[in-house]
Amino acid sequence: MSSGVKLDISDPKIRFREPQIEMAHGAGGKASRRLVEGLFAPLFFGASTDPLGDAAHLSINGAQMAVTTDSFVVKPLVFPGGSIGELAVNGTVNDLSVSGARPEAIVVGLILEAGLRTDVLQAEIQAIANAAQKAGVRIAGGDTKVVEHGKADGMYVSTTGLGTLLPGVEINPQSVRPGDKILLSGPIGDHGITILLARGELDMEGNLRSDTRSVFPLVDALVKAAGPCVRWMRDPTRGGAATSLNELARDCGLGIVLFEDKIPVHDAVRGACELLGLDALHIANEGQFLAVVSAEFADAALKALQATPGGEEARIVGEIREQPAGSVLVMTLYGGSRIVDMLVGDPLPRIC
Amino acid sequence: MKYVDEFRDPELITRAAEEIKRLADPNRHYRLMEVCGGHTHAIYRFGLKDVLPPNIELIHGPGCPVCVLPMGRIDDALSISADPNVIFAAFGDMMRVPGTNGSPLEHKARGMDVRIVYSPSDAIKLAKMNPQKHVLFFAIGFETTAPSTALTLMRAKSEGLHNFSVFCNHVTIIPAIRAILDSPDMRLDGFIGPGHVSTVIGCRPYEWIAKNERKPIVVCGFEPLDLLQSIVMLLIQLQKGEAKVENQYKRVVPWEGNRAALRAMAETFQLRPYFEWRGLGFISQSALRIRDEYAEWDSEQRFHIPGIRVTDPKAAQCGEVLKGVLKPAQCKLFGKECTPENPVGALMVSSEGSCAAYYNYEHRKAALVTSIGSAA
Amino acid sequence: MCLAIPGKIVEIASDNPNSALVDVVGMRRKVDLGLLQDDMPVSGDWVLIHVGFAMSKISEVDAIDQMRTLEMLGECEAAAQEVRGYGLEDLEDKQAS
Repeated sequence: MSSGVKLDISDPKIRFREPQIEMAHGAGGKASRRLVEGLFAPLFFGASTDPLGDAAHLSINGAQMAVTTDSFVVKPLVFPGGSIGELAVNGTVNDLSVSGARPEAIVVGLILEAGLRTDVLQAEIQAIANAAQKAGVRIAGGDTKVVEHGKADGMYVSTTGLGTLLPGVEINPQSVRPGDKILLSGPIGDHGITILLARGELDMEGNLRSDTRSVFPLVDALVKAAGPCVRWMRDPTRGGAATSLNELARDCGLGIVLFEDKIPVHDAVRGACELLGLDALHIANEGQFLAVVSAEFADAALKALQATPGGEEARIVGEIREQPAGSVLVMTLYGGSRIVDMLVGDPLPRIC
Repeated sequence: MKYVDEFRDPELITRAAEEIKRLADPNRHYRLMEVCGGHTHAIYRFGLKDVLPPNIELIHGPGCPVCVLPMGRIDDALSISADPNVIFAAFGDMMRVPGTNGSPLEHKARGMDVRIVYSPSDAIKLAKMNPQKHVLFFAIGFETTAPSTALTLMRAKSEGLHNFSVFCNHVTIIPAIRAILDSPDMRLDGFIGPGHVSTVIGCRPYEWIAKNERKPIVVCGFEPLDLLQSIVMLLIQLQKGEAKVENQYKRVVPWEGNRAALRAMAETFQLRPYFEWRGLGFISQSALRIRDEYAEWDSEQRFHIPGIRVTDPKAAQCGEVLKGVLKPAQCKLFGKECTPENPVGALMVSSEGSCAAYYNYEHRKAALVTSIGSAA
Repeated sequence: MCLAIPGKIVEIASDNPNSALVDVVGMRRKVDLGLLQDDMPVSGDWVLIHVGFAMSKISEVDAIDQMRTLEMLGECEAAAQEVRGYGLEDLEDKQAS
């Protein structure tokens, strides 16, 4: 009998009641949220009701810093536009950035599968080093473990990042107001569809690449143009823009309206979504972010993004309204509308 | 996207909506049923209810092949697939549909080999790539999908592929429409006819609806302009007191259907004497089984099927919602015990199911009716 | 039962006349032409794709015809309203009586 914490399953603050973990719990949608809010939050954060953000801002003996962690599980390891190594760096860099912080340093945790070829590993280590240099962050250290063949899909990477707080910006969903505008840094869906195609299970191919990159230069430009009026930012990874915006709607208690004709989507992503019956709003991105900016500064913010390399396709895609409170609505040019919710698990292709 | 974007033109949609408002008699309440689940999905996805006048009511029909599948059929297939040498292959639509002991994805989490396929051809590929295992392809769909399964069976036979079988749940649309019309609770003015089923069966099979039942039916495409144009055509027929079959989806649907597809189906399938439809009960001659000449590729003949019959929980009103008698929100379990995360019935899982469509796209809009106003 | 998308045939496989490469705004998918054997499409034709099979050829003529009908919607009524504005009905009534 091992010693350790005995879980009291009748603990009333544990609201997560499912008997086992499913893939859906890692997909970033409703099931993930249930796990985080129902099991992790009560045990990690006690009675705190602060909304969970992309990174935590800590004040330790007067020093202010941001910290975040992210894990990377992807098959295949290498795909058009990038690889697991780049995702691991950019993912953490982006979480820090959208929390309103300048990424400074990361540490890297590797779980390697016995049998992984050294040249594959070397390529990823190089990718991590290159991505870190490109993003302007130091690699401060790391850890390695090896597990048996058959576990770890080749390799899993986890990164923890530290950053310094950007002056003049304070991300808080409670500061969001009706009339605020929603900005999107660029086209959605590229990463998720690229990965789907790269798995080779579909008889489908397209000229698509993952959009993995550091969004810090864009966030920096945005904050310089509209700092105090940037209410909220998020990088929509697994679960897509729909999930991030639904989380915001829940956290601020207001409604979000998106204008379908304004949402940028590359043609090939659109084609894949139509063929598979998917909605681009639910597809993962690794190089984009959403921001809520007050109406007066929205145009200046947009111009600042569009003037920054990599931000040319940024758009204002929607706005905050009183209704539908807690929900996200997509409107068409002809006055039709539909609610867009978080998915339960990963988006599944359909034939019906 | 050619042949798609033109039919989503906002200016033309607005014009079509205005024409509908002009044609609809303000003293009349129209009840039009869209039979096909794909139309239900399109109506919600494009927000078309927002542009229709309040006296046109769209009733969702039973044309969702996932929704009408009784839970026992999923249990049967999963029981065969419990053998570690069997791979369960199905379309994404099936993956979250609840069986008695969980959905296929939940079975996958417990170790079953479950794969999502995008085409029946993928299932054959899986069989070739895994010669030590048997691939069970869970086939669903109306006549739109049956021909593809048929061709796949013919290929499996001609290539002598032995580790592959089809668990066939294909159903036919005409008996479903008949069951609707025979239902005493239903009062309908006309039908928005299934567009893609008709690419296979053509428009002739609907003639009895117009002649005997005196209801107009317009075979309809899946873009917003297709749906609105079909409603215009139905209103014009109703105005004139006519009842005929019209083909709005001419660019794709041949009046005589697809002979090659029908031949493939005749070669590999025959009608079951009867089949149980969730919510509609046993309907004769309404589903396909694999012919004896293809017995080796018929999961039901290769394996022992428990033949589990599972009745829906009493409180679930899947049947009435399927028939269009109840709206999803009127089911006692809707939004409470039955949500997309915890679906009780397939109507809440399938993206074409009226409950899922309503829950995902619509029901929080109820508070919004006055505040939507005009689009930006 | 009904997710089907239009795509343009860009290539027929040289070793299998039933297999084609179809383009949907830059996304390319392998599609089985077996159900169209009575009237096989050629490169450049548009087909409707469902579960990896081509179900039907798309008729450009019928699509254009449909667009014309849709563009005319409401125009008849608009024209009629304009004509009414000229007061010509009174003239007709007088002539009829």
